[in-house]
Amino acid sequence: MEKRFVAIWFPHLATDWVTRSRRELEIKPFVLSAASGGRMVITASNLTAESNGVFAGMVVADAKAIVPDLEVLIDKPGFTEKLLKRIAIWCIRFSPLVAVDLPGGILLDATGCPHLWNSDQGYVDAIAGRLSDFGYDVRIAMADTIGCAWAMARFGSGSRVIEKGRQLDALLPLPPEALRLPAEDTLLLQQLGLRQVSQVLGIPRASLRRRFGQLLLDRLDMALGNQEENLIPVVPAEPWQERLYSLDPISTMGGIEIALGRLLETLCEKLQQEEKGLRTARFKGFRVDGKTVQVEISTTRPSTSVSHLFKLFELKLQDFNAESGVEVFILEAPVFEDNSPVQQDLWQLGGSQAGIQLSELIDRLSGKYGSGHITRYLPDAHYWPERSIKSAGSLLEQPQVEWRTDRARPVELLPIPEKIEVTAPIPDYPPMLFRHKGKLHTIKKADGPERIEQEWWIEEGEHRDYYAVEDETGKRYWLFRSGHYTGDKSPHWFLHGFFA
Amino acid sequence: MPDLNDDIIAALKEQIFSMNGYKTFHGKDCGVLPKPFTDPLLSRSFPLGVIHEFVCAGSEDYAATTGFTAGVLASLMQGGRFAVWISTNSHLFPPAFTTYGVASERIIFIRLKKENDVLWAMEEALKCDGLAAVIGDVKELSFTASRRLQLAVEDSRVTGFVIRRNIRNLNTTACVTRWKITHLPTDSEDGLPGIGFPHWNVQLLKIRNGKPLNWQLKFVDGGIKVVPQSSQNIQEVHRKIG
Repeated sequence: MEKRFVAIWFPHLATDWVTRSRRELEIKPFVLSAASGGRMVITASNLTAESNGVFAGMVVADAKAIVPDLEVLIDKPGFTEKLLKRIAIWCIRFSPLVAVDLPGGILLDATGCPHLWNSDQGYVDAIAGRLSDFGYDVRIAMADTIGCAWAMARFGSGSRVIEKGRQLDALLPLPPEALRLPAEDTLLLQQLGLRQVSQVLGIPRASLRRRFGQLLLDRLDMALGNQEENLIPVVPAEPWQERLYSLDPISTMGGIEIALGRLLETLCEKLQQEEKGLRTARFKGFRVDGKTVQVEISTTRPSTSVSHLFKLFELKLQDFNAESGVEVFILEAPVFEDNSPVQQDLWQLGGSQAGIQLSELIDRLSGKYGSGHITRYLPDAHYWPERSIKSAGSLLEQPQVEWRTDRARPVELLPIPEKIEVTAPIPDYPPMLFRHKGKLHTIKKADGPERIEQEWWIEEGEHRDYYAVEDETGKRYWLFRSGHYTGDKSPHWFLHGFFA
Repeated sequence: MPDLNDDIIAALKEQIFSMNGYKTFHGKDCGVLPKPFTDPLLSRSFPLGVIHEFVCAGSEDYAATTGFTAGVLASLMQGGRFAVWISTNSHLFPPAFTTYGVASERIIFIRLKKENDVLWAMEEALKCDGLAAVIGDVKELSFTASRRLQLAVEDSRVTGFVIRRNIRNLNTTACVTRWKITHLPTDSEDGLPGIGFPHWNVQLLKIRNGKPLNWQLKFVDGGIKVVPQSSQNIQEVHRKIG
């Protein structure tokens, strides 16, 4: 199969990255600099600075003389390399084989990939579009050879896609720098008046070898496709990833389920061997029309149970819209944890089996309805009723303080206290009767008041005097009066809960 | 040979119960459920591994039912077991459960928007035999839905409680029991002022293979106690048993 390569070049990688987080720098001239031999030397300059004549390699002092309001930031050593690697990993979505090409470039082995984006042009446009959306200045080219793609990305003009076998035509008008040669060789070529690759190619190979050594010939052969060149791919970021390529695009739910089942089986088997369990799993499908669909599930504890994970995915598969058909399925476990037998013993939820069942149940329910619907409450050290409980973070979180049982609390507490009309002797007697939702309740027995002050460091407001009351039929309520009796203003009474 | 006959009848009844999906407490009663519970249920204790249906008219009845359920839950959740409480619009207050002896941090509250979702979630939860109990708040419970729940517990032996708040029509369900719990005025001992211990009128409106009955129960000293016979007027509820 004929190979296709994509070369991406970021002319302003480091400065673009800074601009992404600091938008105000977009229009200002600024440079990154690093100490070199006792002076500050510019390592990268943005487009505005370059248009003012400040380029990488200049001394900061000189640059400041040209552009007085030049912003100078410190460049972290090795940062560009790290950034490039991150971008390269991100590019794995476009091709499984991605390599970092220093300085400032990324190479993709696009063989067999572009048809997912309908055409070579679509593929290249997709990559360039996504990267420029991030705010990077991107030059991109696609060709049969790494050398040609590299050269076209940096020195080419016009079409970014070099047709199959047309690399010679593309290379001819380019300057000799496009041949990826050491600086001194390029300089020598320039000095000899060889300003285009076509002129270099016009010289007999024997003469070239005698004058420039084997390297120039190798580079020429590589660029023209006469000599093979390979990429050294970056390590894929997902250690737990399974791919399944389908012969024909799959669009039926049955087919997708089979693919998912197979991927889960292989992935879980591998995880088990390493005593790991996944906490989050992502099932991706690369569709024929260039879009990616994915569903993600997460579990409350590390799991390698195929049936359980399959059930979780099953609830979400309706969102897996395979319209025109999916060509590549990827299942990856971005979050995983150790799942050794020792840890399972630590899982104390009334027996390990019950704990697993419970967490699987919660996974299923939160998968279907969202995790916000499921709460477990723990006591919190507050007197204010609404704040006396808090939701637990995880299934294993234990109460930090004791549940208070010294005061009667209603089994149902209204989230918003309901206003009631009361007849109450002042100052501090419980009401004699109250009206709630149009029904009159005569109070026969009462306990209280229990004064609960507002916690001023959290919220300002009136205190509450709570009374537990019982009406003539034995129904029990939790009422409170908000604030003091002051002057002619009567305080409001509220119903806050129902006792059992 | 009347004794022998009794034994045979008891054994046969036992078989019928097991076919009907009953389950007794293993070992002795956990102490929370009062003794008389064993009598009307044909010398059985509070049936476990079945679906109990509670009917309540309003928020007050719901609170009473919740209190009674909490009292039962306390014994079911012993040994670090979890319970799941699924509802649409209840605002239960966990600290109150602690007074009934329930470890509130071991109840998982699930609030869903639709009643159908509650029933679906209940069925899923009832299939987990590691749970102590599953409580669901719904208004309507069709026969089909109750049958599904009952079938789920017959497999897993989890006890299910369906609390039907603001019930509109009392339809036939496949639940093994139907209870109605209402408040009774408390009486404080020695005429002390204030509110006494929680006091309920517990009506067992329906039980499969049993007679409906009525108790007056109190929650005293961490357990459900029956108010002595002398002070309550026993009234048998005559209902057609579904």
